[in-house]
Amino acid sequence: MDLPLADFLQIDFPALLVASLAGLCCGLPGNFLVLRRQSLIGDAMSHVVLPGIVVGYLLSGTLDTLPMLLGALGAALISALLIEVIRRLGNVEPGAAMGVVFTSMFALGVLILEQTGASGVHLDVEHALYGNLESTLWFGLNNWSDILSTDGLAQMPGSISRLGGVTLLVLLVIILFFKELKISTFDPAMATSLGFNARYISIGLIIITATSAVAAFDAVGSILVIAMFICPAATARMWTDKLSSQIILSAFFALLSSCLGYLIAAFGPFLLGANYALNAAGMIAVIACLLQAFSMVFAPNHGTLGRFLKQRKALQEPADI
Amino acid sequence: MLQELFEILTFQSGYNTNVVLLGAGLLGTAGGVVGVFSLLRKRALISDAISHATLPGITLGFLVALALTGTGKSLPFLMIGSTLSGILGVLLVQWIKDNTRLPEDSAIGTVLSSFFGLGVVLMSYIQTLKSGSQAGLESYLLGSTASMLQSEAEMIATSALVITVLAVLFMKEFGLVCFDPDYAASRGWAVSKIDLLMMALLLAVVVIGLKTVGLILIIALVIIPPVAARFWTDRLGIMVAISAFTGGMSCYLGAALSALTPDLPSGATIVLTATALFTLSLLFAPKRGVVATTLRQFSFRLKITRRRALLSFDKGQPDLSLLASFLLKREGVLNNDLTLTKKGARTVTSMSRDQALWNQYLNDYPEEAFAQNRWSLAMITDILPRDLIKELEMSIDNPQKEIG
Repeated sequence: MDLPLADFLQIDFPALLVASLAGLCCGLPGNFLVLRRQSLIGDAMSHVVLPGIVVGYLLSGTLDTLPMLLGALGAALISALLIEVIRRLGNVEPGAAMGVVFTSMFALGVLILEQTGASGVHLDVEHALYGNLESTLWFGLNNWSDILSTDGLAQMPGSISRLGGVTLLVLLVIILFFKELKISTFDPAMATSLGFNARYISIGLIIITATSAVAAFDAVGSILVIAMFICPAATARMWTDKLSSQIILSAFFALLSSCLGYLIAAFGPFLLGANYALNAAGMIAVIACLLQAFSMVFAPNHGTLGRFLKQRKALQEPADI
Repeated sequence: MLQELFEILTFQSGYNTNVVLLGAGLLGTAGGVVGVFSLLRKRALISDAISHATLPGITLGFLVALALTGTGKSLPFLMIGSTLSGILGVLLVQWIKDNTRLPEDSAIGTVLSSFFGLGVVLMSYIQTLKSGSQAGLESYLLGSTASMLQSEAEMIATSALVITVLAVLFMKEFGLVCFDPDYAASRGWAVSKIDLLMMALLLAVVVIGLKTVGLILIIALVIIPPVAARFWTDRLGIMVAISAFTGGMSCYLGAALSALTPDLPSGATIVLTATALFTLSLLFAPKRGVVATTLRQFSFRLKITRRRALLSFDKGQPDLSLLASFLLKREGVLNNDLTLTKKGARTVTSMSRDQALWNQYLNDYPEEAFAQNRWSLAMITDILPRDLIKELEMSIDNPQKEIG
């Protein structure tokens, strides 16, 4: 297969970049969500931001980032409030309260989208579900050096700069507040006794989650957002017990699945001689989960196979008493 | 528009619409009944994993049907496919939860996103096929009653009826397993089999509801009605009935609305109708609703303010908020210049006596006083028996020295 460099740089490179950045900016906070047993907040977030984005688009009339981001954050905030009210008053488990709110918000988003004719312009339901990774194009790139030229930078797609910014922000927050996040994740009572309020930290984490979800949602769709919040962190958790190494490993797995998934979706069928591409966001999610499945079985200490072998060895060895 | 809606709602617009409405209504009822048990068993979000896990099954069913019969949209194949992959999804969630260190929510998220991702990949493959029959497949995402065949609607109605009847027949067993599985096991009940039946019914609701509500929003059908019902009652039987009614009504009304607006995915209208009914429950349910809770909190605040203000007079340092002076003036306890009336003086004396008795009660019977949730809120004479009050009065009047 012959692939001109310019084609790769204009079509595949930006898509790879967007997928990797989306993977990072969801995968990093995902570590804390998985450890706090709040993974499904990512799932809920990726649904509730839909009405916010649509309303932001309708009110501003543009596809600019800011109004959509504000709309989505507003929707996320309202949802968090509603979940709390339903949980307290109705005396139901948080999962059920979340289920009520996020299905309602998503349905509302679909209704507004279809009723106002906003669909078809740029936003539609399929787009919200699996994004438009493939349509991220970076014109003006003909060889590698163009990326850093002023002309090339000027034509950089908005989603890349947006995701890049959010990823940096997430990274910064995690580095700056690493100690606080760590203590409040493992022992909220101790965090409070040390003088920083665990509640504020968990609210801060939810805000970071919402921001990442919004930034990634537009580019890669809700399915990949959910996968990236959970799978890289869960995979990394199979290999290590140390939080800092888990975060680094999760970043690695997020990048690996993004690149591998995109390449398989974009070029796999061509290699087999067919003339079409598969959905990249879906494929990335599948790869991320395959990596997790592999780790769940084969990771040395926490994989099922490793545990099984260890148990058998322990049974064969005479116990020293 | 309203005329048309009325005609649809009263089953006057053709056999096909009627069957769709009836099927939707029964589907909602089944979802409401089954949902109660999955809510009480704290499994609400497993249904999210199940519903997303059906997508690869649907697409594979489509491909198999295409290869065997030449057309992909064959309902039995799609249903068998979605059932099988739904089962696989549940088993995987269970396996991850039992065999790795990951908690249930991560397991649900993993299964949900991987299966859905696989389904999306397969769908993008189906799009490239030139068979032309793939057009309806998207309707499984957000539901569409417009494209529903009569046979499909009849099948949905029958299955929903069977599910509802089964769930109601096993209500006692399900209820016990939900509330106290250990007790159920100790009485010799096959808890795991009962659990399996609950799960099977949940799966069945999801699978038959895919076409009507769509797999993204189908979980609303098993979550929103039970949570709404939870606001009205604490009794299982009543909760099942209210949930069934809420679910049935939202699907029936939602399907009717979407018959008016065929462009709109029926899943969205059905879920929003359910949300509307839920909002009514959230606001107006008698004990737990927002209105009732707010009123209760407000009257609580009034009581406390009044008591505090009266007691502050007794200490000789009147501490009156705006609210308190307004309340007491209206009651005739205060003059306009904020001095006590004659009646006011009596009220203050009796209130301070009451508080003294409450304090003595707390002193003499601390455990009972803590358990008494209206401690110092109502007049003690209305709550405690007379002989106990006499005893308290005596111990106030003759304080005994502690021995030792």
